[in-house]
Amino acid sequence: MTTIAATGTDLHAHDHHDADHKPGFFARWFMSTNHKDIGTLYLIFAIFAGVIGGAISGLMRLELAEPGIQYLQGWASMMAGKDASMDEAYHMWNVLITAHGLIMVFFMVMPAIIGGFGNWFVPLMIGAPDMAFPRMNNVSFWLTVVAFIMLLGSSFVPGGTGLGAGTGWTVYAPLSTSGSVGPAVDMAIFSLHMAGAASILGAINFITTIFNMRAPGMTIHKMPLFVWSVLVTAFLLLLALPVLAAAITMLLVDRNFGGAFFDAAAGGDPVLYQHLFWFFGHPEVYIMILPGFGIISQIVATFSRKPVFGYLGMAYAMVAIGVVGFVVWAHHMFTTGMSVDMKMYFTAATMVIAVPTGIKIFSWIATMWGGSVSFKTPMVWAMGFIFMFTVGGVTGVVLANGGLDDNLHDTYYVVAHFHYVLSLGAVFSLFAGFYYWFGKMSGRMLNEFLGHLHFWIFFIGVNVLFFPMHFLGNSGMPRRYPDYPEAFAYWNGVASTGYAIMGVGIIIFFINVVWSLAAGRRAEENYWGEGATTLEWTLTSPPPYHQFETLPVIK
Amino acid sequence: MNMLKKFLVVLAAMTMSSLAMAQTANPAPAPVAKEVAQPVVATPAAATPTDAAVPAEKAAAPKSMDGSLPGYVPMRPDYENSVGMPKPKEIDFQEQFSDNGQYAKWINNAILLPIITIISLFVLGLLLWVIVRFNRRANPTPSKTTHNTFIEIVWTLVPVLILLGIAYPSLDLLAKQFKPAPADAVTVKVTGYQWYWGYTYPDHGGFEVVSNMLKNKEDVAPGERFRTDNDGPQQLAVDNRMVVPAGVPIRIQTTASDVIHAFAVPSLWFKLDAVPGRLNEKSLTITKPGVYFGQCSELCGARHGFMPIAVEALPPAQFAAWVKAQGGQMPGEKAAEAAAPAADGATPPAAATPTIAAPVAAVTK
Repeated sequence: MTTIAATGTDLHAHDHHDADHKPGFFARWFMSTNHKDIGTLYLIFAIFAGVIGGAISGLMRLELAEPGIQYLQGWASMMAGKDASMDEAYHMWNVLITAHGLIMVFFMVMPAIIGGFGNWFVPLMIGAPDMAFPRMNNVSFWLTVVAFIMLLGSSFVPGGTGLGAGTGWTVYAPLSTSGSVGPAVDMAIFSLHMAGAASILGAINFITTIFNMRAPGMTIHKMPLFVWSVLVTAFLLLLALPVLAAAITMLLVDRNFGGAFFDAAAGGDPVLYQHLFWFFGHPEVYIMILPGFGIISQIVATFSRKPVFGYLGMAYAMVAIGVVGFVVWAHHMFTTGMSVDMKMYFTAATMVIAVPTGIKIFSWIATMWGGSVSFKTPMVWAMGFIFMFTVGGVTGVVLANGGLDDNLHDTYYVVAHFHYVLSLGAVFSLFAGFYYWFGKMSGRMLNEFLGHLHFWIFFIGVNVLFFPMHFLGNSGMPRRYPDYPEAFAYWNGVASTGYAIMGVGIIIFFINVVWSLAAGRRAEENYWGEGATTLEWTLTSPPPYHQFETLPVIK
Repeated sequence: MNMLKKFLVVLAAMTMSSLAMAQTANPAPAPVAKEVAQPVVATPAAATPTDAAVPAEKAAAPKSMDGSLPGYVPMRPDYENSVGMPKPKEIDFQEQFSDNGQYAKWINNAILLPIITIISLFVLGLLLWVIVRFNRRANPTPSKTTHNTFIEIVWTLVPVLILLGIAYPSLDLLAKQFKPAPADAVTVKVTGYQWYWGYTYPDHGGFEVVSNMLKNKEDVAPGERFRTDNDGPQQLAVDNRMVVPAGVPIRIQTTASDVIHAFAVPSLWFKLDAVPGRLNEKSLTITKPGVYFGQCSELCGARHGFMPIAVEALPPAQFAAWVKAQGGQMPGEKAAEAAAPAADGATPPAAATPTIAAPVAAVTK
């Protein structure tokens, strides 16, 4: 992958200076200030982190395939280098679920969708030569890398009952304060600090770039929807992440410096942490999905050979989702013992989000309606996204009802819901974007047959994996359990089978990537044809090292 | 074992002392305690709430391997109808045994589930129609339509109307769930510990029942109590159940002594977090006698998955007998009557587990 841009042809060797001169390997990849190189680094990083996070979920599905504890003790012994007790084995389970959540959220989806595609295509789509703050861009990336190393490192130091941080990705106090002795949780928290700082820097960079560096004629209301989506996402990051930073700093103070923000015995309140966390956490789920919305909009328009239906409605639906997303956080806390008025408010406010989301779903379908649709790999992924996101969305409407949540909260129904919007939503949009732009980024086309094969196997796999979780949740199986009563065995077995199917799909994806990089067809400038109308398609594939030295003018 | 003991010491140290609440602390979970077969009971022998630290063990309680007490035999769960427990291959909610639970299940199955199924199938149908009708071969020339104000208003307003339709029963359900219990409701204070539950009965003498998961025979030392089918399914059976009367309102209060736990029973549509420093409260009426199983539903550390809940609802008379067997008394009986015999044989050895009796003791209405 590191040779992506290097294999490209250096067209556009402009006459006036040596801007297309690429620095040497180390300077180019380790001191990078080029938005495309940083985007590539982010994508490689996200793929790497995704493999680790996905392997962890494989361990989880293996253990859950049958009732009883089959593997955990062995894994815990391997990690500790000595015979692990049952409690250490159970702790290991909590470490696995924590690591899976944090890795997939902070080190897979966010780096890929914002750091990767955002960095690559926001400047290209608005006709800018680079990001506004190229060095800060580099800082963002490397902070993320260090944060990831810090998180992985936390699994090797004590975290209470065993090695590693076993607090869940939500890091609820007091389990994360008085409940987890040892440096593991401190390391995990500090990792979040760094990942958060990286994201805030990135958000500042995107907002500045989009507001100030659009090519002449590219008004706000002419920006491609992917740029809109990244703009809204950047504002969510900017407003939400400082709250997370505050909350987890308070955790550190409680843990190490005698604080009592969340310690009831000293006048603090554990529920305060949950309010702070979810004030970040709910916008966070939109941070993960909004850029996906943007990618899907580009792809649907391209392959329908039609402009997006209801452009303004689409753009402002995202703004609306972003705004309303800030006032619904406590629907994650329906069972903490809140008052009836609060519960009614958060029920109603949460359901409101279904309206702008519905506008988006129907606008995508309307874009295809009357179009001349070709079902190339990215389009297949986009259509899969639309259906699967709908399924995840409607179960969200069920969970929004505080009265129903009394049963469903913290069960596998919730797990099913958020994997439908993330694993089948955000991840489908990531694959769609990857198949859509891979030729532009690397100069080589991905194989269509393998792409379709990947889609179908992955699609079947994740549905077999996650759909039965609705049933498990309905009949009461709680989340974050390494073992379960016999009655839950059947659907758990089915889910684990689904994981294996999905795994085959992922292998095909990697075969496709490796094969295409080595021997794929060379990509021309606009390989998707007349439907692809955004500015990146006016450039070579891959684009020149520095593009738009003469700014394009948008009519 | 040593590790575990050390851990328990740490745990005890961390236990929040400022919570002015009843804590009959036998921090040793079932596998450690040798004489665990009898429920750990502290009868308040104190006349004044301030003189709270007089531990009182029920010396006379017989050691039983099945959790039975004089006048009380644990009810066998209804496996045939999967009452209060999950059913293999089930895709629906468990059968509900509270009024609100039946209403909530009806709202989901009769209103929400059809609506979300229809919406999903509608979207799927539209996508399939696009595939059939608007593929490149069938429709070589794309239309140029990019706006249609009418249809945009329709797909904004129709979802709003659907949501309003959902909101009405949903908010109604919330109002019902929050109806406070009447003053004479039976109060059970549920305390979450790492990793077991304590059930205190402040209206019945303030005794606390400590409830640990039962392990299978092959996983316990000889002589220790193990799970039988009479206790319940694997992962769900406990040694001492939370016993309540059926058909009358119960006031469930939850709190925790270390980290957050959640008291959850799916067949009663009940879930309430147990938060240190807070006392959450919700009312519940169980419609039928039976055993209803649940599991801790907030990540609480290593053995989060191994602190199940078993609620046994009994006809009121049998409930009263169970209360007697625990050394408590029904509201209205004089506190002293019950307290005196318990205090008799209860001179605890000096090295006994520190036990703090309930300061709320015998305040009856």
